Amino acid sequence: MKNSNWIFNTDFDEFIDLDSYVSRGGFSALRKVMSQDSSFIVEELNRAGLRGRGGAAFPTGIKIGMVASASEKERFIICNADEGEPGTFKDRFILTHLPFQLLEGILIAAYAAGAEKGFIYVRHEYPEAQEKIKNAITVAEKAGLFGKNILGGEFSLHLEIFSGAGSYLCGEETALLSSLEGKKGRPRLKPPYPTEAGYLGKPTLINNVETLANIPKIIEKGAEWYRSIGTEDSPGTKLISLSGDVKRRGLYEVPYGTSFHDIVYEYGGGPKDGRKVKAVNIGGASGVLVPSEMLDTLLEYRCCMEKEITIGSGALFVLDDTRDILENVRNRVRFFLHESCGKCTPCREGLRQVNILLEKLNKRTATEEDLDRLDRYTRVMQDASFCGLGQAAGNSLKSSLKYYRDEYMNGCVRYAEEMSA
Amino acid sequence: MKENIAIRLNGNHITVPSGITIMEAAKRNGIKLPSLCHHPDQRVKANCRVCVVEIEGRKNLVPSCSTVVEEGMSILTNTLRVRETVKTIVELILADHPQECLTCIRNGNCELRQLSDMLGLTVIQAEKKEKRLPLDLSSTALVRDNNKCIKCGRCAEVCHHVQEVGILYSHNRSTDICVSPEYGKSLSEVGCVLCGQCVLSCPVGAIYEKDQTSEVWSALDDKRKHVVVQTAPSIRVSIAEEFNSPPGEISTGKLVGALRALGFDKVFDTDFTADLTIIEEGHELIHRLQNGGVLPMLTSCSPGWINYIEQYYPELLPHVSTCKSPQQMFGPLAKTYYSQLSGIPAEDIFVVSIMPCTAKKHEAQRPEMNDSGYRDVDVALTTRELGRMLRSAGIDFNTLLESEYDDPLGISTGAAAIFGATGGVMEAALRTVYEVVTGKELEEVEFEDVRGMEGIKEAEVDLAGTPVKVAVAHGLAHAKQIMESIKSGENDYTFIEVMCCPGGCIGGGGQPYGSTNAQRQKRIDALYRVDRNMEIRKSHENPAIKKLYEEFLIEPLGEKSHHLLHTSYTNRRVG
Repeated sequence: MKNSNWIFNTDFDEFIDLDSYVSRGGFSALRKVMSQDSSFIVEELNRAGLRGRGGAAFPTGIKIGMVASASEKERFIICNADEGEPGTFKDRFILTHLPFQLLEGILIAAYAAGAEKGFIYVRHEYPEAQEKIKNAITVAEKAGLFGKNILGGEFSLHLEIFSGAGSYLCGEETALLSSLEGKKGRPRLKPPYPTEAGYLGKPTLINNVETLANIPKIIEKGAEWYRSIGTEDSPGTKLISLSGDVKRRGLYEVPYGTSFHDIVYEYGGGPKDGRKVKAVNIGGASGVLVPSEMLDTLLEYRCCMEKEITIGSGALFVLDDTRDILENVRNRVRFFLHESCGKCTPCREGLRQVNILLEKLNKRTATEEDLDRLDRYTRVMQDASFCGLGQAAGNSLKSSLKYYRDEYMNGCVRYAEEMSA
Repeated sequence: MKENIAIRLNGNHITVPSGITIMEAAKRNGIKLPSLCHHPDQRVKANCRVCVVEIEGRKNLVPSCSTVVEEGMSILTNTLRVRETVKTIVELILADHPQECLTCIRNGNCELRQLSDMLGLTVIQAEKKEKRLPLDLSSTALVRDNNKCIKCGRCAEVCHHVQEVGILYSHNRSTDICVSPEYGKSLSEVGCVLCGQCVLSCPVGAIYEKDQTSEVWSALDDKRKHVVVQTAPSIRVSIAEEFNSPPGEISTGKLVGALRALGFDKVFDTDFTADLTIIEEGHELIHRLQNGGVLPMLTSCSPGWINYIEQYYPELLPHVSTCKSPQQMFGPLAKTYYSQLSGIPAEDIFVVSIMPCTAKKHEAQRPEMNDSGYRDVDVALTTRELGRMLRSAGIDFNTLLESEYDDPLGISTGAAAIFGATGGVMEAALRTVYEVVTGKELEEVEFEDVRGMEGIKEAEVDLAGTPVKVAVAHGLAHAKQIMESIKSGENDYTFIEVMCCPGGCIGGGGQPYGSTNAQRQKRIDALYRVDRNMEIRKSHENPAIKKLYEEFLIEPLGEKSHHLLHTSYTNRRVG
């Protein structure tokens, strides 16, 4: 099993407590930045090329810089730990095993952004993670590493743990803000972006757990070191949540530039019982279905973009040759239909129609015209939905309609008759 | 915001002001983009997505209602991709919408139907929704049909942000999303004021007035009934819109002629009792001023406003004038004074009123409104219901012979006409109170300070050496500000006019669809023209009113007035 622990110690048996974290160099990055101008952090992260790990891959340094340069002085930092993407379990691991690394990342980002208050928005289904991160904050506070006058300086950070209520959509940053403010967890119009008008209308830095947990190592070891991992286009590593039909499911830290084939076979040990890989679902429910012939694609933003693959949260679900593609797609459409907030027409009504069509295909009562409609509704959902949920809900449909059209044809009446004739 | 920027619209290089939306830029250049959730007087929602357009270089389509133009932006509104997307979105909405257009109350003025027509939609391939939800028939004035709701959010927006009553919410998620009062309660279970602004905002037939036209048809057909009708001040400048005239047309004569054609025995005018309200309310104000009564005094003409203060600020009810509204002054007078004059027994008189208002239905049905010994007003119809009656009778409003109101309850002044506009009651009251208190003739009758669409207006009048501060508020969000200032004691007004609806009654919830603020302004302008064209412009100079006091009421605030024209209020606090 490959594992080199570049940024993360992915040993499930080990909880890194404060002493252990400090003994491995923890909080040295914080000490380093607090003796310098906060613009140093933004520059270093830009040089390192760190991009958001929640799914959108927005350059982290630029985002922090936007908040840091806001005219409004009251600013907030939010750590997005509403890890709801099905098949993703990387943030939970960081929260439960590496909480101090995350806290140091939050401290550095808050210091750079000029935020003194904030939240960790943890999904409701993670009670253990909520407990662990709460305890870690208490421990860090006692050690003078959190709360008021951190490391004896002027910088303070007050952080609250906020539990979500089970909504997938609240992982979307503007829905998350609405939820934090006590409103319905529905997305808001952008612009204004959260960096400009976020929590309570104040400039707000929202970053994913993994993104923030990357920061201490980059600061500690420098952008050059960071860029030595991964590729020129996508430096560093990605936490991959590997599940499905592979021998060794689990969480892996994988350098960018590794092929999906290697992730499935080298890290995951390949499919079980001599089966073949049929497809890999990359990026969770909102991701795409990639056929086995395309597994030579590299885990890299540019390379994936060329092939219309979204890395997203880094969830990889392997489907072996016993799996029914349409069942997989139907399952995910039902998930989105349940999680859609219902605000905009393409997502709400599009998913309702798509779900009906998939049921027809399942009962083999669909027509080829139904497939045209499926194509059309999918396009409209992707092209015209209000937020990322509706836009991404069509990803698995679009990719499977492209790569597994035969399986869709099998669900059509005439085609099924012709086949049996 | 003032500088211009260069953009491309469908390939054409054009210059538009910076800061405007794509929808606005297109409109200024002759392209009307489709819209549903967009409303010119509301905040942008961008929910419905029917206004999406393509911007070259962007991955996804963008909503034109919320996207602001940028220098060099190349916008495409008519590509195959845009057309297919917009058509599909409308198809998706229609699949979730009952196909009952032919029998729908919005048949003919439904924005969704117009949109479907505009896009040339001929077939709905999407699977139709089967589930039916029950109608909410609980209120006295409004009906909600959630089956027809397209979830645009316009009703909730006006309820929360214009009226700040906030009883309509968007509930649940996904396909279970629905707009309704809290926890799925009915309208009668929450603090709805029945203003009907939600009705005006709704693009489809998901919320509408309780239609009472059949009750009026029955009365008109009943030989024993002497059916009289009163028309509110604002109807004369809005009814023509029901027959496709542009807003702001004065059609008093046609309105009267049309009502005669429908078969009403007498056509009277609520303007008559508007003048009477001024006499009674003016004397009440003078009485409060001279006897240390509760001040500031608040007007009481607007039933939506009364519903509001009874439910949300009942502690301030002593401030409200005890005068009934003009509609409810008319009712008992028709069944007493007019009954005496005409020799027709009150029990045979049936009073119909044509009102700009949905809350008037509730007001007419209040249990205490039977001071004549009978139901004072039998049926209150909205402007839209009158339009419906005229159309169904085949009456051609535009070629109709004009007619005049009947004596004596049809004689009025310019002061009464402007009751229909925000600030009008205040202006009419000032014209009378000034002359009663000072004994001098008022030279300038027009009080510009209290006119116009500004939310809260103030003026100061010198009443025989005593400066009197007055204020005017319209739209309940502004009324709320005034109420808070009374409660905090920072308010030093003597007299305040409050109208529930934006713009006053000309913007009431019973008015023709399409009542935008721009349209409201045109109706207001028309009412001031009516006033200027009147021979008599002060309520106390109305000869029919003088005669009413001589023959019947004896004196303002007298015993008869107290019995027939004044009322009391109920603490109905919610929450």
